[in-house]
Amino acid sequence: MKEKNVLWEFFTSVKLAIFTFLALAATSIIGTIIPQNEPFGFYVENFGPRWATIFKYLNVPDMYHAWWFVSLLVLFSLNLIACSLDRIPNVVRILRKDNLAVDIERLEKRGKNRRLLSALPLEQAADKLRGLLAGSGWSFASRERDGGVLFFAEKGGWTRFGVYTVHGSILVIFIGAIIGSIWGYKASVMIAEGTSTDQVYARDERHTPIPLGFRLRCDRFLLTYYANGMPKDYISDLSVIKDGKVVLQKRIEVNDPLQYAGLTFYQSSYQPIDNQYVIYLKNTTSGAFQNFIVMPLRQMRWEEENVAFGIVERRNPNMLGQYQHKIWFSDGKGSPVSFWVSENQPVRLERPGATYTVEVKQRFATGLQVAKDPGVWPVYIGCTLMLLGLAVVFFMSHRRIWIWVRPEPQGGGCRIVLSGNANKNRDGLEKDLDKIESLLNSSNELQVQGG
Amino acid sequence: MTSSQLLGATTFIYLLATFLYLLVLIFKARRAGILGTAVTLIGVLVQTAGIIMRWVESYQMGIGHAPLSNMYESLVIFSWAIALSYLVIEVIYKNRMLGAFALPFAFASMAYGSFAGEIHREISPLVPALQSNWLLAHVFTCFIGYAAFAVACGIGVLYLLKDRKERNRKAAGRRVVEGEEGVLDLLPPLKTIDEIIHKSIVFGFLWLSAGIITGAVWANSAWGTYWSWDPKETWSLITWFVYAVALHARFTKGWGGRRIAWIAVFGFLSVLFTYYGVNFWLSGLHSYGSS
Repeated sequence: MKEKNVLWEFFTSVKLAIFTFLALAATSIIGTIIPQNEPFGFYVENFGPRWATIFKYLNVPDMYHAWWFVSLLVLFSLNLIACSLDRIPNVVRILRKDNLAVDIERLEKRGKNRRLLSALPLEQAADKLRGLLAGSGWSFASRERDGGVLFFAEKGGWTRFGVYTVHGSILVIFIGAIIGSIWGYKASVMIAEGTSTDQVYARDERHTPIPLGFRLRCDRFLLTYYANGMPKDYISDLSVIKDGKVVLQKRIEVNDPLQYAGLTFYQSSYQPIDNQYVIYLKNTTSGAFQNFIVMPLRQMRWEEENVAFGIVERRNPNMLGQYQHKIWFSDGKGSPVSFWVSENQPVRLERPGATYTVEVKQRFATGLQVAKDPGVWPVYIGCTLMLLGLAVVFFMSHRRIWIWVRPEPQGGGCRIVLSGNANKNRDGLEKDLDKIESLLNSSNELQVQGG
Repeated sequence: MTSSQLLGATTFIYLLATFLYLLVLIFKARRAGILGTAVTLIGVLVQTAGIIMRWVESYQMGIGHAPLSNMYESLVIFSWAIALSYLVIEVIYKNRMLGAFALPFAFASMAYGSFAGEIHREISPLVPALQSNWLLAHVFTCFIGYAAFAVACGIGVLYLLKDRKERNRKAAGRRVVEGEEGVLDLLPPLKTIDEIIHKSIVFGFLWLSAGIITGAVWANSAWGTYWSWDPKETWSLITWFVYAVALHARFTKGWGGRRIAWIAVFGFLSVLFTYYGVNFWLSGLHSYGSS
């Protein structure tokens, strides 16, 4: 059994905690200096073949998932669990303790005790005290002992669990991370405007396709700029199609993803598609509209409206960075026309039979990150618990106060001893004692005097 | 008044405050101390006005956002949080000697932001990744934490100086003669300084934790990953561990005094690397903070 105790002592020691903190901190530095997840050749080129091989052997290129780093995290978790199992029974013992059974003699000798004198006889003084404590917000009990009356009052006993809430919160976060790594995945996909996909590609080396169980369509991708040329927004209009029907539409941008069926789609990149444009045509008279994917110098037809059109010429960007496109247009009524339009600028086209709006833009593919992470909620719950727990640990304490009242042999009055104990924040306790003392003093009938 | 005038003035106000607190420390000039407090308070007010003005100006430019989006703006908020934390400590502990160890940080941060060539000071629009309500919560929590650690470091240095003096004196068998006290003798007792260091670390730790957590939540809403071991994230965690060591050593082993003071100093080096070093020497997701 002795060996078991040694092992237990090892896992419950604060020394181990401090060691794992320092070890995790020190080893974490490696991955911030040596770039992570690069191909082997990168390390050979930058660190030489020998180091690259050592790195490979120790999994330095993905060190935060390496066996030795994960082992440190496991050690850290074991330490947390063992410490809590070791110490929580102690806390329960402290909270359940019969505080009225204290050794009176030792109580009287405690440092920082406050001593008072009262002219009231014992019984009346004790009754008075009971009345005062009842209205003070302290939970208290009293007992007649050794010819006097002992009062015990306490506050914030539960705050002793604050530290275990913090420790537990870290484990909850780890559980969330494990759930995410087992049942979740990270993937990505590029969807060209006007097309849809029913699968995404895992972020592994083989880019394994993962079926979605529905189709995701990119209706439009928009790129906007500030006046100084900095990118302002990357926007994708997405539609979720299930069984041939659009069930959800959302405009996503960075920081505002689409969520559907436990998956989240994030705007992450984009790519212009060479030599392809999107033309939006609308007959504002009849209300009909349609999008077309157009390549220059090819005639397109909008059958329902009997319209033929195409891009016949392109010009370099104007001062706002917009390309100019020359559109040829015919709707069978009146002679065909051609005219210039700027990219992303809808223009009105008045025709003898109807009015149209025409808009031309570059065709893009939108790049989406896809995440499925059922572990996010445990992680968030853990984070919340950690902050609440830290606030309890740092700002609250368990305060206990004993008030010992015994008759004074001469004069018929009694002596009152005020003694306090706090697991931290002794200053706060002193303030509480001040308050109780002034409460006693302010009660005229008690006629308390310093003594 | 424009924000750049107000913030420019703040730099000089903090320089003046630093100078006044040094007078208190070196010449025991009591009146300079009262003036120092007044000047620091004015500095914080002017700086607050400057920060609000910059916020308003960004809206007038049509690119409105909280002024927490680049290195310059972070230096301003860092300096603001240090000066404000110091004033709180001065009120609580009623001692002006500590100013000479806190205000230089507030001044240095502003001076670096105002005069360094590589710092861009103009208000620029937000790139898409930063357009989030989490920007305010994340940057603000982090910098309150950083400022608390800066204060802990400054006061840690002071602890070590005073402690060395007292030990030397003891070793030489000398005593303090009334009327001949040195600067360090007029500082609060070591025990009080130790308590201020501890409380600053506790305060900083809470805000750093909140900063890391708000960062994780933001990252998850922007990229779908709450933790990606990006260098900035990793360094914030390293810093968190360093201070966790200080807290555990104190709570369970009763560490205090010199050892905690040293951790306050070394911990702040880690804070500085997390804040500044990562942006300049390492690459990663937080690159927008570097200019």
